[in-house]
Amino acid sequence: MSIKGKAYAVGVYEHPLRDIPDRSTAQVHAEVAKGALEDAGLSFSDVDAYFCAGDSPGFGAMSMADYMGLKLKHMDSTETGGSSYIVHAGHAAEAIAAGKCKIALITLAGRPLGSRTGYGEPRERGERFRMAPQGGAGGGVNEVPEAGFENIWGGTTHNTYGMCAMRHMHDYGTTSEQLAWIKVAASHHAQWNEHAMLREVVTVEDVVNSPMIADPLHRLDCCVITDGGGAVILAPPEVAKSLKRPLVKVIGHGEAPKGPRGGKDLDLTFSGAAWSGPPAWEEAGIKPSDIKYASIYDSFTITVLMQLEDLGFCKKGEGGKFVADGNLISGVGKLPFNTDGGGLCNNHPTNRGGITKIIEAVRQARGEAHPKVQVPNCDLVIAHGTGGSLGTRHGAGTLIMERE
Amino acid sequence: MSDVQERAAPTTRRIPAPGRNLESKPFWDAAQDGKFLIKRCTACGEPHWYPRTMCPFCYSTETVWEESPGTGQIYTFSVMRRNTPVPYAIGYVTLDEGVSLLTNFIDCDFETLKIGQRVKIKWSPTENGPPVFTFTTA
Repeated sequence: MSIKGKAYAVGVYEHPLRDIPDRSTAQVHAEVAKGALEDAGLSFSDVDAYFCAGDSPGFGAMSMADYMGLKLKHMDSTETGGSSYIVHAGHAAEAIAAGKCKIALITLAGRPLGSRTGYGEPRERGERFRMAPQGGAGGGVNEVPEAGFENIWGGTTHNTYGMCAMRHMHDYGTTSEQLAWIKVAASHHAQWNEHAMLREVVTVEDVVNSPMIADPLHRLDCCVITDGGGAVILAPPEVAKSLKRPLVKVIGHGEAPKGPRGGKDLDLTFSGAAWSGPPAWEEAGIKPSDIKYASIYDSFTITVLMQLEDLGFCKKGEGGKFVADGNLISGVGKLPFNTDGGGLCNNHPTNRGGITKIIEAVRQARGEAHPKVQVPNCDLVIAHGTGGSLGTRHGAGTLIMERE
Repeated sequence: MSDVQERAAPTTRRIPAPGRNLESKPFWDAAQDGKFLIKRCTACGEPHWYPRTMCPFCYSTETVWEESPGTGQIYTFSVMRRNTPVPYAIGYVTLDEGVSLLTNFIDCDFETLKIGQRVKIKWSPTENGPPVFTFTTA
């Protein structure tokens, strides 16, 4: 597919000031966004794709998307220094040509002179906080718009995901025993993976009797911490067909950030999968019940349960029943998941599990998973991930693949 | 700090100074005076959290600071029990104005915290920074 003629620059705006001592960096990003949208005759509510680079304060594209109240289907924080925004324009055209989005917003803003007031950049990096890594050149932690209001409370992955589990239990009656079944299923798969960090099969009792880390999550509700890594190669059909490997093609994709959204109608019982899933299913032209194997990001057991609901594998609130009684165990249940043992048992390289989710889904589609966990005739697979924190702001990504 | 304080085992989590910028400065200046501010949009009437210049709901920049009594109820919480010198409770409070914020619960029994429980603001000191908006059971 060519991008020739597939996208037009419909709005532009250059900030009129050359010294901005009285505003935050996030504020200036929002100002230029508003200016370009007004130039185009559009509104923030029309924007469905956002592109930014290291000058954007906060966590990738997510902090500014949440700051500006954007509801997105596409995001990109590719960083190539000063050329980033030209690269973004190309990426935006590709996304528009592919039908991934319609109105793409690209912003650049910064205030290097602002240090004179004591409130600008560059300044000391301050406390590096793992829930909200600061951007590249986008100022210190003080310029991350949510930082002062959120990063002081001792938020970790454990307790912010714990807050989601606590509310899910409150609203839907989900139990620790139901969550434990997710770990049990992962351990059944990991026993066959010679590389898995944890290969011992565990029981529901083992999980609920393990030490409480952050209520209501126990130690065995948490993924492992490992080194490691992975890589994936994508290529066009003519190349794929010239190679000697099984043909596994991408047929659907979706993505979305989710944050507290201005604090209104806060709902921590669903994830960004509720927004990244539907466009992926629509593009693939299939439904959840067609899927033979699912790689579902498993930073914690609650992560899996919420994503399964949000992707439509079961109704909202019924994830507890869905995962119980071995329903996720290959050869036993209806939806084999994470047959490599997943993040819960196998690995979670540098605390990022997205690529291993794709890799095991490809193995299953090729018929190259371990024989003990290989799903028969595995022609349709899904890989879904959550990055960041379910309890604050996170990015969801959904990938559906088919074996020809 | 006195010798006695230095030797005493910590009983509450020490809270770092919050990051501040020009947009959030009025909030933290008011916090120094014990005033808890939220932002409300005069165009659509909606309050929002955390405070921004631009309303994240209608995108107007006609937002104003408003003093809040700092009362509300627990939306959710989690007690962190490992890898910390002292257990602490993080959670979201839904203020009576209708917006939810992330905070810590202090001076209360963590074992009896409940979703829906009434809470009120209780400022906590930080190291070399303004006080911050922790909450305790009402």
